[in-house]
Amino acid sequence: MNKYLHDFPLLCEKDEKGRRLAYLDNAATTQKPQSVLDAVMEYYQKSNANPHRGIYDLSMKATNVMESSRERIRSFIGAEKTDEIIFTKSATESLNLVAQSYGMSVLHPGDRIVLAVSEHHSNLVPWQIVAKAREAELVYLYTDKLARIIPEEIEEKINERTKIVAVAQASNVTGVINPVERIIERAHQVGAVVVVDGTQSVPHMAVNVSSMNADFFAFSAHKMLGPMGFGVLYGKEELLREMPPFLYGGDMIEYVEEQASTYAPLPEKFEGGTQNVGGAVGLSAAMDYLDKAGMENVRAGEKELTSYLMDQLHSVPHLRILGPDDPQERIGVVSFVMEDAHPHDIATILNADGIAVRSGHHCAQPFLCRLGVTATCRASLYLYNTEEDIDRLAKSLKNVRRWLNVGVR
Amino acid sequence: MELGDIYTEVVTEYSRSQKHRHPLEHPDVKVRGVNPSCGDDISLELKVKDGNIENAAILGSGCAISQASASIMADLIEGKSTAEAKHLAELFLGMIRKTVTDEKELEELEDAVALKNISNMPARVKCAVLSWHTLEEALDKLKDAEESH
Repeated sequence: MNKYLHDFPLLCEKDEKGRRLAYLDNAATTQKPQSVLDAVMEYYQKSNANPHRGIYDLSMKATNVMESSRERIRSFIGAEKTDEIIFTKSATESLNLVAQSYGMSVLHPGDRIVLAVSEHHSNLVPWQIVAKAREAELVYLYTDKLARIIPEEIEEKINERTKIVAVAQASNVTGVINPVERIIERAHQVGAVVVVDGTQSVPHMAVNVSSMNADFFAFSAHKMLGPMGFGVLYGKEELLREMPPFLYGGDMIEYVEEQASTYAPLPEKFEGGTQNVGGAVGLSAAMDYLDKAGMENVRAGEKELTSYLMDQLHSVPHLRILGPDDPQERIGVVSFVMEDAHPHDIATILNADGIAVRSGHHCAQPFLCRLGVTATCRASLYLYNTEEDIDRLAKSLKNVRRWLNVGVR
Repeated sequence: MELGDIYTEVVTEYSRSQKHRHPLEHPDVKVRGVNPSCGDDISLELKVKDGNIENAAILGSGCAISQASASIMADLIEGKSTAEAKHLAELFLGMIRKTVTDEKELEELEDAVALKNISNMPARVKCAVLSWHTLEEALDKLKDAEESH
């Protein structure tokens, strides 16, 4: 029995056939432990008021909860200063903030933005928009047969004209862990800043943004046991201080006159509007849960389970895994395709057996195009998954082609 | 919902049918249909003479449901008038939306009735209706072209 499973009420539910859901779509969102649900409820039951506004005690309490959550988040990702932690609604918003505020201010015609071809649309489309507006060039780091960034691409493409490099620490399609330290080192050599999308990495491995030396780092709460609707942007203080605000309105101003305004200091400058304090509380509780489990243990356990998943998938005829087998090179996000079976049909057939996987292009169309497929099935693990989940997946996959009436004659 | 109600022999056979998977020479209309979220991507080509659909071709790729639906549709509309094709599209969409439930009325859809159970699978409805929406678009395009003449 997995020691975390009993903390997750949704995963302990049984369906009408007496089965637990084999939830293997953790790269899309994760389930929440009771401690996170309790923390959010307790906030709304005992501390809810609009932070930073009221003079009364409850508002002060809400402010304290919000700011202690910020501190909790800072320590989890190893940022140096609490002011470097900006609250957003999602990793997508965090990345848009960097693109619109930083990108628009620093880019000039002919400058270069370098992205990994494997980026999620949220770390790709915002840069297309900025590149077009500023007449900058968008250049991609391409991947090899196993979907890993080709090392030579880093030296070649990140050149003196490069101002921004945007790359995910781990791919949401193949699970490949990208060499972010090397990319950051190269980018800094040429004076570029690096925007790291940590959405898939922070939940699954110990991350320290300071030792990594990332300039910006984005992630979201709901992919790491926290609630939806809450994201984080880390940015180096000296960069954030120089950047213009992204969302204008309440809570982010200093003085407002009829014709002009001045803005609040960090981090409020980037937090226009009432923030999702319940979300911040939920993420803090999720970080407490993960720290108690120990991120090293989470990673070690997932590596082991990923190996098991790879072995089981390799035992399914006509199935091909995209990306490397070695769990050292990847997280537990595994995309695969099956001959003569479309991913949507596979996902429908697995669903009938109480197994949840994702099928489609995973918001990374240029990457899928590069990999030569239009869609894949993706199974993605988290700390509460079991070998039994994977056994059920493999067993169900072996029936897919029979259901579709292919290869039976 | 049982899998056997969806992946019937009719559906799996049609999904692999090559009958209409050949591009037409000089089609009168060509329309692309895409389900952006899942990657179903088809092209419908029609050859029309005197208001009658002489040939229909379906190109592209997608899941078994979308491909079966498309080949059944191509079979069904060949030899029909554009007005009849429009009526069939409305009927099919009505069946999937459950606004048309009378089995007698649905008989006109012939083999396409095999996709009726998709109406109980919200996640797959868009796969089944893709080719039919594409057909509607193609018929509108033909009409527009006619009117501008």
